Amino acid sequence: MRLAIIGTGAVGASVAELAGEYGHTVTALADSRSAVTDDSGIDVEAALARKREDGRVGSGDPADALDAAYDCLVEATPTTLGDAQPGYDHVRAAFERDRDVVLANKGPVAERYADVRELERESEGRLRFEATVGGAMPVLSTIEDCGPAHVTGIRGVLNGTANFVLSRMAVEGLGYEHVLAEAQDLGVAEADPSFDVEGTDAALKCVIVANVLAQGEREYTLADADVEGIADIPTSALRLASEDGRTVRLIGEVVDGSVRVGPRIVPSTSSLAVSGTENIVQIETANAGRLNVSGRGAGGPETASAVLADVRRLESGTRD
Amino acid sequence: MSETHEPNTYTIRLELVDEPGELLRALRPIGEKGGNLLSIFHERGDKTPRGHIPVEVDLEATPERYEAIVDELRSEGINVIQAGTERYSESLTVLLSGDLVDTGLSDTLTRIRENTNITISDFELSAPQGSSDISSGRLRLGIEEGETERTLSVLREIADEKDLQVIEPLYEGGV
Repeated sequence: MRLAIIGTGAVGASVAELAGEYGHTVTALADSRSAVTDDSGIDVEAALARKREDGRVGSGDPADALDAAYDCLVEATPTTLGDAQPGYDHVRAAFERDRDVVLANKGPVAERYADVRELERESEGRLRFEATVGGAMPVLSTIEDCGPAHVTGIRGVLNGTANFVLSRMAVEGLGYEHVLAEAQDLGVAEADPSFDVEGTDAALKCVIVANVLAQGEREYTLADADVEGIADIPTSALRLASEDGRTVRLIGEVVDGSVRVGPRIVPSTSSLAVSGTENIVQIETANAGRLNVSGRGAGGPETASAVLADVRRLESGTRD
Repeated sequence: MSETHEPNTYTIRLELVDEPGELLRALRPIGEKGGNLLSIFHERGDKTPRGHIPVEVDLEATPERYEAIVDELRSEGINVIQAGTERYSESLTVLLSGDLVDTGLSDTLTRIRENTNITISDFELSAPQGSSDISSGRLRLGIEEGETERTLSVLREIADEKDLQVIEPLYEGGV
């Protein structure tokens, strides 16, 4: 497939780098200030080198990428809350041209799910967004394969940064601020970690799952989620839990139409007690029992692999 | 097939004579009759008017084994003040954190007891920075089946009022 990639952060750049290996051609690549397009395929390496050197992938206008020749738009700009812009406009532009859309950006499906599905209905293009929930982990495709009507709920550890902080605090007996600073030094946490440690990121992923499970009966946004973060958890609480054979994890749950994210006590032996930046999602199904999907919930190449799996599904013609 | 039931959690309240070896003597039948001891709440400083020490024991056993344990305790001459009338089929562990001590720890526990149909089977406090700073407590409650959500909502309410954080358990089976 010919791919237009909008966004050249860790995920967008990795999709561009790996596209050839997966049998696709990148015909357009854009960052927030520039674009490079070529109907026969751009020189990805040169564009990313230029990005590193002078902060732009090319000399074109970002809008050029949306007008370029492509079969599938990969939207990998940062997740924004509220109106999900500019991601939403990118999705609209692609659907208006009857192109397929693969999202790595959580905003459009977490904040404007009904609008995005409406755009898709009016278009020949199709929407996929595996990478938005659990990075490399096949969470949404597993739900799709089971059939959303046969999934009774999900729960899981959906944010690697928060999990890293909690598991380090518990194991090393260190305080929250200390471990967070360490996570920032290691590049596990962002300079502004609030999105992760306040539970917002995990909540957006749960909202996306809730939208999928609701099958259009109801639309969910962040405002529907009950969200609590991990910043106020003292090390002493983790020690008390551990003395009792338990631990605390930031758990996201979608059950009976409600979305909840917060620190919860789980047995240390539970499969939900993953450590470090590992993620896990448990999918409860009506006929197949519980399915556990675990793995890398973030990272450039990891998340790009989920984007490219979506592209492959679109290419093989599976309509969801 | 004489034992067809799943194990339940039970709370037994005992009054022990304040003599060495009494607690051990009271616990022996539990193990011998196939019960699984979960926790002991031993209020040594809080004697009954008769000068006895109240002890609350949580254990897990099938209903048949539980009956045998209570019979054995009674035949050993141990004063069983409450058993069988309350059956706590579930045990709920929560963590509390915040300014637990200054907001009145015993008031918090008393209110939890008074506003819910539970028994507090274990409480452990950790106050590494001293009593005037952030501390944590681990609370194990015996609750009746189906009472989890109501118990948690009472806990949340009390914690909210005292600006404490409650970390609730996750039920993996319930989805």
